[in-house]
Amino acid sequence: MSNKPNNSIIIKKLLFLVVAMFGFGFAMVPIYDVFCEITGINGKTSNNAAIYQGQEVDEERKITIQFVSVIKRGMPWEFQPEVTEMTVYPGQIYQTSFLAKNVSDNDLTGQAIPSIAPGNAALYLNKTECFCFNEQKLLANQSIEMPLVFFIDKDLPEEVHTLTLSYSLYNISNNQQENEVTAL
Amino acid sequence: MSAVIDTPETTHEHDDHDHHHAPTGIKRWIFSTNHKDIGTMYLIFSFIMFLIGGAMAMVIRAELFVPGLQLVEPNFFNQMTTMHGLIMVFGAVMPATVGLANWMIPLMIGAPDMALPRMNNMSFWILPFAFTILLSSLFMEGGAPNFGWTFYAPLSTTYGPPSTDFFILGVHMMGISSILGAINVIVTVVNLRAPGMTYMKMPLFVWTWFITAFLLVMVMPVLAGAVTMMLTDRHFGTSFFDAAGGGDPVLFQHIFWFFGHPEVYIMILPAFGIASAIIPTFARKPLFGYASMVYATASIALLSFIVWAHHMFTVGMPTVGQLFFMYATVLIAVPTGVKVFNWIATMWQGSITYETPMLYALAFVILFTIGGFSGVMLAMAPVDMQYHDTYFVVAHFHYVLFPGAIFGSIAAVYYWFPKWSGRMYSETLAKWQFWLSIVFVNLTFFPMHFSGLAGMPRRIPDYATQFADFNMLSSIGAFGLGLTQLVFAYNLWDGYKNGKKATAQVWEGAEGLEWTVPSPAPHHTFSEPPVIK
Repeated sequence: MSNKPNNSIIIKKLLFLVVAMFGFGFAMVPIYDVFCEITGINGKTSNNAAIYQGQEVDEERKITIQFVSVIKRGMPWEFQPEVTEMTVYPGQIYQTSFLAKNVSDNDLTGQAIPSIAPGNAALYLNKTECFCFNEQKLLANQSIEMPLVFFIDKDLPEEVHTLTLSYSLYNISNNQQENEVTAL
Repeated sequence: MSAVIDTPETTHEHDDHDHHHAPTGIKRWIFSTNHKDIGTMYLIFSFIMFLIGGAMAMVIRAELFVPGLQLVEPNFFNQMTTMHGLIMVFGAVMPATVGLANWMIPLMIGAPDMALPRMNNMSFWILPFAFTILLSSLFMEGGAPNFGWTFYAPLSTTYGPPSTDFFILGVHMMGISSILGAINVIVTVVNLRAPGMTYMKMPLFVWTWFITAFLLVMVMPVLAGAVTMMLTDRHFGTSFFDAAGGGDPVLFQHIFWFFGHPEVYIMILPAFGIASAIIPTFARKPLFGYASMVYATASIALLSFIVWAHHMFTVGMPTVGQLFFMYATVLIAVPTGVKVFNWIATMWQGSITYETPMLYALAFVILFTIGGFSGVMLAMAPVDMQYHDTYFVVAHFHYVLFPGAIFGSIAAVYYWFPKWSGRMYSETLAKWQFWLSIVFVNLTFFPMHFSGLAGMPRRIPDYATQFADFNMLSSIGAFGLGLTQLVFAYNLWDGYKNGKKATAQVWEGAEGLEWTVPSPAPHHTFSEPPVIK
């Protein structure tokens, strides 16, 4: 066929498109993370500790912040907030804590993953200290009080009156062991 | 398969056109590089898959006939819904349109064959293996995939059965098959059009498939990426979709629906092309607004890339995101409306006759539009909060898939069957099949709108008793609808054996290159390019 050489050009272009789109699927992973971090629309909070520089406190405005704890399947711990609700002023720093107890007979490692509703408030909740920044290791039957120090930015959007901060607790002990094995 | 097709009739055709030394018997099919043979294999394969997927639907509807758990375990029920969806989407609807593309695109543009015949053979023969792998998971320990055809993480990653890995391999293979098939279509359309066949002279079926092929090339690799991430999450310690490791399960939904929404247009665009071929023939008028049809199809395809998150309004998206995806989705109704009105305008003051292909095309236009309307309802973010994951969604996508994509394919088979086989099917039986299908398809899927609006969730083996009447109606409709399709198979078989001989033009009002070759279409056509006026 006379158009054979022609064919191969189109085929190459199309195969390039296929490979590029396969790559795009993977590129969506960092794009998604960066996008959510910048806009804070996914309820994800920063994984880094914020620094409190003595913000101006807006005592005109009261915000209710609710604390929720979720224990994921395969995590034999007790896990709950010390208080389920606080009323706070934007700009002021507060401390509360979550209580965890390993009720199993094994030493386990947990990781708490935070999420905020409504999503657009996520950027305005700043945590100067949070147990979610690190893994938590608990020996069998050990319990722990895990501190959370936070302040709400006074630029929090007007329409937000109530924030829900939820922590999902995952058992990451298996991953931990695997990592240790590969490290050896 | 060969036993079905390779009758004396076909071999007789060989003798008339014996310039080639193609293998005979089973080898003819295994090694075939002929677009007509491969098209036939695709169509038969998709019909077999249609029956298997349909049998699973029967299990689902039998379980839902009355409230309570009677026939199957909930886990097996979930396997049935999952496999039904996967098989119908990837095994029945998509291969059926690929089969039609193989048969008709070269005939419609005056090409001797597809541009890449060996690749064509490969893209077909991957499929039986892919589906054997997928179906074999039903017999494995832990059962088949049970997480829905959308295989959301973490259901498919953390909690997926062991057979999920077979599912992943199967999806990869189907993806490769589709991509190769799509590349073939694009190269054929770009390079093998007969002299004088400009792009804007191509039949609309060729146009819709050309655009579909681009969608396939662009989104099947994204699906491949998604299942690859699943695989590494399951076995290689990555955390793409695992929140505990810093990933995000919602990311899975974004990636999946970035594939998934164009995918729904991959399934329906060829049917648009079929309706645009059939309606002018039986209305005996040229297609109204040809150019606007082409542009409308292209707009639908482009818009399909920016609407994906309307499938996930309830994940907790910010208002601005919901608004964007809502408006973009509703915008799709505009080019779709252009197409529907063009079909109606084509029929306006035409000399219409109602042969079976036309009946199916008309039913397609009406019932697809109903599915389109419920789609616009679902696109409204505020009301979607109520409709999400209810039977209303099931009603919507079955209206666009069964009386949409599948009626389109059935219409195409009736329309071009005389060209393929050289014989007419029985018009009486075909009309019986049509009217029974019309009654049963509506009996099956229309009540689902009501049960959905009343709050019945999808993918459940048991339900609250207030949904009992609607479900019983749906089940009766489904059994009838399933049985009616056997009439289709019998009619084609009988027509192929005993039907009366078809003329080259077959239908009085038919125009286009495919009607200039004899019926049945000889093994090799357009070895010399035709002249286009």
